[in-house]
Amino acid sequence: MSLSKPVTGETYNYGVIRQLTVMTVIWGFVGMLVGVWIAAQLAWPVLNFDIPWLTYSRLRPLHTNAVIFAFGGTALMATSFYVVQRTCQTTLFAPWLASFTFWGWQAVIVSAVITLPLGITTSKEYAELEWPIDLLITAVWVAYAIVFFGTIAKRKTPHIYVANWFYGAFIITVAVLHIVNSAALPVTWTKSYSAYAGVQDAMVQWWYGHNAVGFFLTAGFLGMMYYFIPKQAERPIYSYRLSIVHFWALIFTYMWAGPHHLHYTALPDWAQSIGMIFSLILLAPSWGGMINGIMTLSGAWHKLRTDPILKFLIVSLSFYGMSTFEGPMMSIKTVNALSHYTDWTIGHVHSGALGWVGFITMGSVYYLLPRLFGRTEMHSVRAIEAHFWIATIGVVLYIAAMWISGVTQGLMWRATNPDGTLTYAFIESLKATYPYYYIRVIGGVLYLGGMGIMLWNCLMTIRGGKAVDAPVPRFDPAHA
Amino acid sequence: MEALYLLIPLSVVAVFAAAWVFLRMSDSGQFEDMDGPAWSVLHDNDTPAAPDKPDTIQIDATQDQKKPSKDNGDS
Repeated sequence: MSLSKPVTGETYNYGVIRQLTVMTVIWGFVGMLVGVWIAAQLAWPVLNFDIPWLTYSRLRPLHTNAVIFAFGGTALMATSFYVVQRTCQTTLFAPWLASFTFWGWQAVIVSAVITLPLGITTSKEYAELEWPIDLLITAVWVAYAIVFFGTIAKRKTPHIYVANWFYGAFIITVAVLHIVNSAALPVTWTKSYSAYAGVQDAMVQWWYGHNAVGFFLTAGFLGMMYYFIPKQAERPIYSYRLSIVHFWALIFTYMWAGPHHLHYTALPDWAQSIGMIFSLILLAPSWGGMINGIMTLSGAWHKLRTDPILKFLIVSLSFYGMSTFEGPMMSIKTVNALSHYTDWTIGHVHSGALGWVGFITMGSVYYLLPRLFGRTEMHSVRAIEAHFWIATIGVVLYIAAMWISGVTQGLMWRATNPDGTLTYAFIESLKATYPYYYIRVIGGVLYLGGMGIMLWNCLMTIRGGKAVDAPVPRFDPAHA
Repeated sequence: MEALYLLIPLSVVAVFAAAWVFLRMSDSGQFEDMDGPAWSVLHDNDTPAAPDKPDTIQIDATQDQKKPSKDNGDS
């Protein structure tokens, strides 16, 4: 048994991954900070200081854009560039384009940070950015796609590892969604009108919105899951066959869940029902994937006791399972009649966002960062453990508070007196939800605190290490 | 619902495109081996090399004591 493996003399393109990984942590902290701030505004409205740029209505889209596109998007780019290189055993295709992807994406984020507080918005949820920024997003995304698929095309290994399928589907689908939903007629540099009107616009918007959940916040992060869980657990995927089935099942059934966002609206009833049925179908591939990920630990469960990175990765899957069960349930019309427009929806989204997307990203970054900076592990493993528990308590407080608050709101809003009048005025339901708003702030502060620990831990790891680009091993068919 | 005149054809095209990719990849043998690929990512050692030997990739337990011994095939 030899101790070293022949290398090609080339090194992997880790530079752009280092940039993206560091920005992931920074944007995560910033986005969550804005989230805590607006959560606090709901509890103490005085916190907008009567300054228009700091009102809830303007900071809320800043929060969602920062956590989804800045934190999540940058993390997806970082991990996909890592996974595609390592599993294809080749360097990035067109590294300068990868660099453009990084700088372009950061420019998009900075533009969002400037324009959203100024009130410049298309008012489309999760697609608020105005048309010049949309054009930049398109250019960056095309560059990203060229780099990713170009790397797959020049791969040294015959097989395309399953994680790359998920990343690839995420990249293609998000491109299509973005172009269709952002179609608009510009009037000035900061104002445009959507190409669609009324209920048509709503349909396109939620076709975009839910598929963005499905492909940005699910498929992309499943790519992370299928690489970093086996690597960290040092166990192969429980069933590789199931992972392939998971992928294709998701691809063939996803696209029509969107109308469940428009239950009991002007959207035709049959379209709402289709949205509900497709949402229910999605439970199957989602849980298949979750079970596949968690069972990867079979025979290695003891590692969960000592490895906080694995805790992040596996608990993220539990939250994935929870929110992909809760989602289809909430898409059922009768359940939706209670849950829609209440804080239950906010709780549901955050169980997916904080629990699934956040935790899988944190686990992956903790895996990735030492390897990018020539170290065998993070500066402080105990700090990862602390981060895990603080964040977990934060998520549980947040979502439990929103569940109770949401069901309270739903029940109060629908309560009627025998003569048909409403039992409660809206303000009474608002008063009833205040205690839960305070609990949510506490949950958010804990989650943000965990992110602060992570930021410190990452900076210390970088300080104690040095940028290292790993050599590309010579492809050995015996390993394929 | 004119929006559906756009969205439904788009979905149909997407499904056919996905089916085409699936069948093509299936024919080219991408899905033949359902065990090897799961192991091959584990054989790729991405733990940083020891500082004194920057141009080699360390493998097996010599690098990281916690890792179980793996069959690396190049002995």
